[in-house]
Amino acid sequence: MENFKNLLRTKKKTVISVIIGIAAFIICNILIKSGVLGRQGAGLLVPICINIMLAVSLNLIVGFLGELSLGHAGFMSVGAYAGCLFTIHANLPTVIEFPLALIIGGLTAAIFGVIIGLPALRLNGDYLAIVTLAFGEIIRSIINSLDFTGGAGGLKGINKFSNFNVAYIAAIITIVVIVNLVNSRHGRAITAIRDNIISAEAMGINVVFYKLISFVMAAFFAGAAGVLYGHHLAILKPGTFDFNKSIEILVIVVLGGMGSIPGSIIAAIIITLLPELLRDLSDYRMLIYSIALIVMMLSNSSPKFADFREKIASKFRRKTRKEAA
Amino acid sequence: MQQFCEQLLNGLNLGSVYALIALGYTMVYGIAKMLNFAHGDIIMVGAYTLLIASTRSGLPWYVSVLLCAVVCCVLGVSIEKIAYKPLRNASPLTVLITAIGVSYFLQSSALLIFGSNKQKVDSIIKIKGFTFAGINVSGESIVTLGVTVIIMIVLTLFIKKTKMGKAMLAVSEDKGAAQLMGVNVNATISATFAIGSALAAVAGILYMSSYGFVGPYTGALPGIKAFVAAVLGGIGSIPGAMLGGILLGIIESMAKTYISTDLADAIVFGILIVVLLFRPTGLLGKKRVEKV
Repeated sequence: MENFKNLLRTKKKTVISVIIGIAAFIICNILIKSGVLGRQGAGLLVPICINIMLAVSLNLIVGFLGELSLGHAGFMSVGAYAGCLFTIHANLPTVIEFPLALIIGGLTAAIFGVIIGLPALRLNGDYLAIVTLAFGEIIRSIINSLDFTGGAGGLKGINKFSNFNVAYIAAIITIVVIVNLVNSRHGRAITAIRDNIISAEAMGINVVFYKLISFVMAAFFAGAAGVLYGHHLAILKPGTFDFNKSIEILVIVVLGGMGSIPGSIIAAIIITLLPELLRDLSDYRMLIYSIALIVMMLSNSSPKFADFREKIASKFRRKTRKEAA
Repeated sequence: MQQFCEQLLNGLNLGSVYALIALGYTMVYGIAKMLNFAHGDIIMVGAYTLLIASTRSGLPWYVSVLLCAVVCCVLGVSIEKIAYKPLRNASPLTVLITAIGVSYFLQSSALLIFGSNKQKVDSIIKIKGFTFAGINVSGESIVTLGVTVIIMIVLTLFIKKTKMGKAMLAVSEDKGAAQLMGVNVNATISATFAIGSALAAVAGILYMSSYGFVGPYTGALPGIKAFVAAVLGGIGSIPGAMLGGILLGIIESMAKTYISTDLADAIVFGILIVVLLFRPTGLLGKKRVEKV
């Protein structure tokens, strides 16, 4: 009986999520078609979907596996270059070519996920963070020095295949796969490794396998996001995928809350929109962004602010109770 | 051979700058257990202070150097007080993101004040170089190496002999126990930030004397390289930071000369990964014993 109730509850949650997903899709499409968003607003929808994919996939490593990764832009760039080189050189119909490119980009990034996942087995904490950072920088300087990637000048002549519908579907697939992974037996194994690696190992969890699978999954979706990104901008430059890009994704994950998928989605939307909303302030944009970042971090975790928030909350509660009485 | 020696000297030169910055990273990490990503930008602030004090106002070199060190010290300590102190018990990732926020803040402030163009800073080192056995030794190299060696000796003595130095060691070993023994943890952490920032100021001055141009993002790359150097040597270890910095500088200038300028960074980072695979806590880092 208890089991059945739980099942109903999870079903209800799933149904609500599906409804929200479909509603968001329809609303966005109506807004685009009716021109309410304008060209600039519509142009932001694809980057939002891309950032959601990146943030949700990074959340698997940072939030659920509990390892700090500073090289997510590296996975993205590998996938982007693989996918875009494929669409440039293969002459298939778009309907076949673009999904294939997404998969190829994802798989190439996943191979690199294995490569970077291997040191992750021996290292942890800050040492692993610096290895992922180093990996991102290595990828960037190799792409910079190769000929067939266009070098520092960038890869040009990419078709603009990315549109909102494709990006939205890709983002939804990312979210569904990662949420299902996290809620499965494997996901519980991954969070067990985060909480206490020694106990997890003692319980018979294959730490090597689960660390690798997390990196591979995250890399796959980051690579696919990279392919979308390349086909959105129609040009790829190695400079875009630097340390700052990785940090931007990490900021989204931390801001949304580590280990919270809805948090990542909301934060991805905010962080993508914030620089655009601040566009009029031009030079002051980054200054305000940085101050906002510091203040958000301080207010989220400083005990003084928590007290302050508690006070306000309790006042509100008292008020509502009085009104109820 | 002659080219090799010159490159070795260049590497030592660059490595000394990395080592000075890495010392700041490693000391702060050892004591506050946080990665201070804003440390690289302190170098940039130091360089801009030098630009104003020396190149624009024409103050004598000793005044400029002192001014740089003081400005960076005050900046480092106030960053610690405002941004990091409230987060003393927060998760390491929150502190990391805050440090990145501070780094963005310093960069964008510099962008607003000085503009995005790189500006020329005149070298304050007026010593003439000499040629020895066909190898050109520039005045900048002599001063950089000399200053680095002196700073390292003084720093080692400071940590081993003085009360504050011992307090730093105690706090990095066990913060709680140190507090129980009567060590003022907050003062110790502030002192660490002050020393680290002053070292960054000196590194910034030396970096400027070799490269000559300062822009809002000047500190970012040396900052990351120095961070790599600190990890290579074993983060938290002071001799490790010195060794890591020097090694990194030599590897980088050798790779640039003999392999490829484009791939030099890739080689530096590749070596870091290989070293960490065999020695997961860096060259001189302490092995962490896992307790069950």
